[in-house]
Amino acid sequence: MQEFEPRIVAFLCNWCTYTGADLAGTSRLQYPPNIRIVRLMCTGAVDTIYVLKALIEGADGVLIGGCHPGDCHYQTGNYKARRRITILKKILNRFGYDEDRIWLRWISASEGKLFADTTAQMVEELKDKGPNPIKQLWMV
Amino acid sequence: MHKKAMVIGGGIAGIQAALDLGEMGVETYLVEKGPSVGGRMAQLDKTFPTNDCAMCILSPKLVEVGSHPYVTIVSNAEVLSLEGSPCNFRVKVLKKPRYVDEDKCTGCGICMSKCPIKIPDPYNKGLSQTKCIRIPFPQAVPAIPIMDKETCRYHLTGKCRVCEKFCEVKAIDFEQKEQVLELEVGSVILACGSQEFNASLKNEYGYKLFPNVVTSIEFERILSASGPTSGHVVRPSDGKEPKRIAILQCVGSRETQAGNEHCSAICCMQAAKDAIITQEHLPEVQTAIFYMDVRAYGKGFDRFVDMAKEQHKTRFICGRIASVESNPHTDTLLIQYITQEGIINREEFDLLVLSVGLEPSESSMDAARRLVVFMDTRGFLETNTFRPVNTTRPGVFSCGSISGPKDIPESVMEASGAASAAAALLGELQSKEIRFEYPQELDIRGIPPRVGVFICRCGINIASTVDVPQVVEYVSRLPGVKHAQELLFACAQDSQKIIKAAIEEKGLNRIVVSACTPRTHEPMFQKTLKESGVNPYLFEFANIREQCSWVHQKEPEKATEKAKDLTRNSIVKVVFAEPLYKETLDVKKEALIIGGGLAGMTAALDLAEQNFQVHLVEKEKELGGNLRHVHTTLKGEESAPILKALDEEVNKNPRIKLYMNARIREISGYIGNFKTVLDPPLSEIEHGVVIIASGGEEYQPKEYLYGEDDRVVTQRELEDMLNGSDKSKLSSLATVVMIQCVGSRDDERTYCSRVCCSNAIKNAIKLKELNPRPAVYVLFRDIRTYGLKESFYRSAREKGIIFIRYDKEEKPDVHKNSNGLAVDVRDKILNKTLAINPDLLVLSAGIIPNPENKLLSQFLKVPLDPDGFFLEAHVKLRPVDFATDGVFVCGLAHYPKDIGETIAQARAAAGRAATVLSKDTIEAEGKVSYIREERCNGCGACVEVCVYNAIELDTEKRIATINEALCKGCGACAATCLASAIDLKGFRNEQILEALEAI
Repeated sequence: MQEFEPRIVAFLCNWCTYTGADLAGTSRLQYPPNIRIVRLMCTGAVDTIYVLKALIEGADGVLIGGCHPGDCHYQTGNYKARRRITILKKILNRFGYDEDRIWLRWISASEGKLFADTTAQMVEELKDKGPNPIKQLWMV
Repeated sequence: MHKKAMVIGGGIAGIQAALDLGEMGVETYLVEKGPSVGGRMAQLDKTFPTNDCAMCILSPKLVEVGSHPYVTIVSNAEVLSLEGSPCNFRVKVLKKPRYVDEDKCTGCGICMSKCPIKIPDPYNKGLSQTKCIRIPFPQAVPAIPIMDKETCRYHLTGKCRVCEKFCEVKAIDFEQKEQVLELEVGSVILACGSQEFNASLKNEYGYKLFPNVVTSIEFERILSASGPTSGHVVRPSDGKEPKRIAILQCVGSRETQAGNEHCSAICCMQAAKDAIITQEHLPEVQTAIFYMDVRAYGKGFDRFVDMAKEQHKTRFICGRIASVESNPHTDTLLIQYITQEGIINREEFDLLVLSVGLEPSESSMDAARRLVVFMDTRGFLETNTFRPVNTTRPGVFSCGSISGPKDIPESVMEASGAASAAAALLGELQSKEIRFEYPQELDIRGIPPRVGVFICRCGINIASTVDVPQVVEYVSRLPGVKHAQELLFACAQDSQKIIKAAIEEKGLNRIVVSACTPRTHEPMFQKTLKESGVNPYLFEFANIREQCSWVHQKEPEKATEKAKDLTRNSIVKVVFAEPLYKETLDVKKEALIIGGGLAGMTAALDLAEQNFQVHLVEKEKELGGNLRHVHTTLKGEESAPILKALDEEVNKNPRIKLYMNARIREISGYIGNFKTVLDPPLSEIEHGVVIIASGGEEYQPKEYLYGEDDRVVTQRELEDMLNGSDKSKLSSLATVVMIQCVGSRDDERTYCSRVCCSNAIKNAIKLKELNPRPAVYVLFRDIRTYGLKESFYRSAREKGIIFIRYDKEEKPDVHKNSNGLAVDVRDKILNKTLAINPDLLVLSAGIIPNPENKLLSQFLKVPLDPDGFFLEAHVKLRPVDFATDGVFVCGLAHYPKDIGETIAQARAAAGRAATVLSKDTIEAEGKVSYIREERCNGCGACVEVCVYNAIELDTEKRIATINEALCKGCGACAATCLASAIDLKGFRNEQILEALEAI
């Protein structure tokens, strides 16, 4: 059987993590091609609906990447994201859904390596978890 | 008075100067001797220390300068004479024939494909062939071919005219003649650059004798995807991949026999870069760099060299190559070299790269003679340390390597500085609105989406990993897509023409480009859309290079699938996009400058001269900053009179308001409209731009008995003694030791402080001049007297100053014994430990960032680098800007630098600030939030969440309203609103959610 290849949707803030992902590119740091990046201006704009929508559409994991605390281009957007994602994870947990499919990470514009490593690590962990169970529900 | 300017030389410096002048509203002629602007940067593969692709960052500038309404490019031309006086110059320009009518030619390139004559390609340094009639390189501006008369068959034999036959617009003109243009301008900037040293003059290295000996610029072409081998690193003799590469530094530099005395300033970093890039191409390759000193003196340079050493297995060998032999059967090179320990080694290499230096070019010296400006004995333009962008002729300024070898950011800084000076000379510019003529925008209401998709190959940057034709095939079948095609370089000017033609022919109303990162290239494509009458927000960018081809090089199939997904995602997003319009904002024509040192004062005076009000804030009670401790420059110019004059000028200038002993309490606002609270006087000032000139400090050593023994001082203290009353004490000295890199280049601070080597040499020479008797030892790791400073290192050695190299692992040992101070240092050449008993130990303490930088960076939301200096928007091409508009940086706040460099950067910051202040209005961000009133229930959650106070609750209507001028477009309110009443334009929920379905 073909090995399970997880699909990750990443919501990255324009100023830090998206730029960090670009830096991974200019530094030619290789990481698995399982990730699809959606550029947003700020993690503060990550509506929880986006995360749920990505999971419902079949993503096996969602990565939200923003500026380190204190570095937000819009002052406090990353704190807002942190609060929202924390609540979302708690709710999903209540429904028996594995909250570790959602990762919130602070990756700065200069941390191309961290972005590549984070992606690689997330792919590995999702491989262990297996496919997103919501996908199977859709198949019924 | 002519409110026009001329820039001579179309390399990166000239381009930047012309663009800055154009943005300030000055009509500018850019005169270039070759057929295209771009200069040497267009031939580089990558740029250090970020390994950005040179063409990728240059080509947007080429497109911008080629289409700027205020810049006229006069290519294939040279200046004959300059008459008149500042503000009233008359210039004669000789325009040489191209044999192609520039007005008729469309740049289609059919002539080039049909021409039967092949000639060595100058762009590829003769390593490949091109045609007699040719467009110099794919991104050339103007993208018009030039015919080489010397090799043209028609010109030689009177028969052929093939190009003429195929040219549909009848642009070929065999009879074209030279033309002399007479132009009137107010100021002139010389930016003619330099040339590479001719390596044939050093015949001991076998250049042109052995096939596998190449110069660094030839190797740059070999590495480049657009080069003769399409980026496959092979050696010239047999086309095989080299396994062992030697790079020899200082070919034609730092020596006087056949070459030049000066250091070429860029080659060390270029060699490190080439080693890294080569190893990325060929993971098994082993590279050895033979050097005299590793001159990694710039921002991030030392880290870059460490990366080459540690991650890319590059050997740095301190030593010279004595002889090169080539095996006539295999063309492999046998290289004999001598290490610094005096050991003679012989080693085989497959390829030898000669790092050829830079020297004044014939054409730049010609230009200098014709303009009657003075050159130094070497042929570089003569400049004064305190007037780095001025030439000896008033009204004529200079930038770039015409006044000494320098790297790209230095050249760009000088360019902006020269532009500022040239504009200041022209006085107050009629702050005319820079109006670009765009066609009427298409009304797309009721018209179904017609999407055009353009997939960039980026040479081989994308195409070597991603199967581009397959992606084109795939997307052309997606709903809404009416046109899909690939482009070799989507950013090239001819590609813009292709996009425009497709928009017109197929009636496209939305465009997707799959290429590199939107962060650098989006504005360029948006401009193309505007020029075609399409709203620039009906555009989406898919990043299939930085975030796909470059990071999945070993998985081409999966990368191709990912490229399809990313492109499809962008297509969906653009289908749901709406046209957006920008609000215009008024610009408060005043500047805030933080820091009253040399940089801050220089910038303040430049802006005041252009009639802008300046608020200069200094935390100390007097102006001058670190300049108060610098008594003379390396060249021997006194700084005290300059400081006094600056101080007086700043104090008496009516347009400069000084705030002494003052600090910043708070900064809010945005480009054009900042508000800052100062303390004292605890009042608010309004301004349109901010220049950070917060300076740096001397490191206070904790090592080498500093502070414990009076005989241990820093260079700054020695300089005070040399220029003060303590002189007599110094004349009785018998032995002086100087230790370099104190607090620099160690584990805590990995960077080089750049100025300490020159400072030590300056003070050592001064000591010797005061009294030739004492022995002066300088203990160093690498002597970094880059560029023209090298001659002072030479003269120091001639004066008998002894230089001893030490390693980071084996630092000198300083202790006290019965003889007084004792310094033990390991001399590698003698292979012995030397014991020296100095009467005076001088520590070359490094420069550390201002500790208040952290706070300022938070106030202004601009980043710091890992060392604590401010991090500019782009280390190569935007050296004084930030990603945040309206904020600029100069001086030690940016990185350690000397007086001349500080002044050049300060003038650059002033020039960049003037490009904002010279406009009456600027356009606000188009991607702002908006409220759907019918959905809003007036809960006020968005008001709470907005940190910019851009949302208010309309108490009458009970709904929220957004002030678009204040909105920054972060989207926090949209994510907060439970009623889905707020959306961020350009990132509407509908767009994102639909796009997620497509992922």
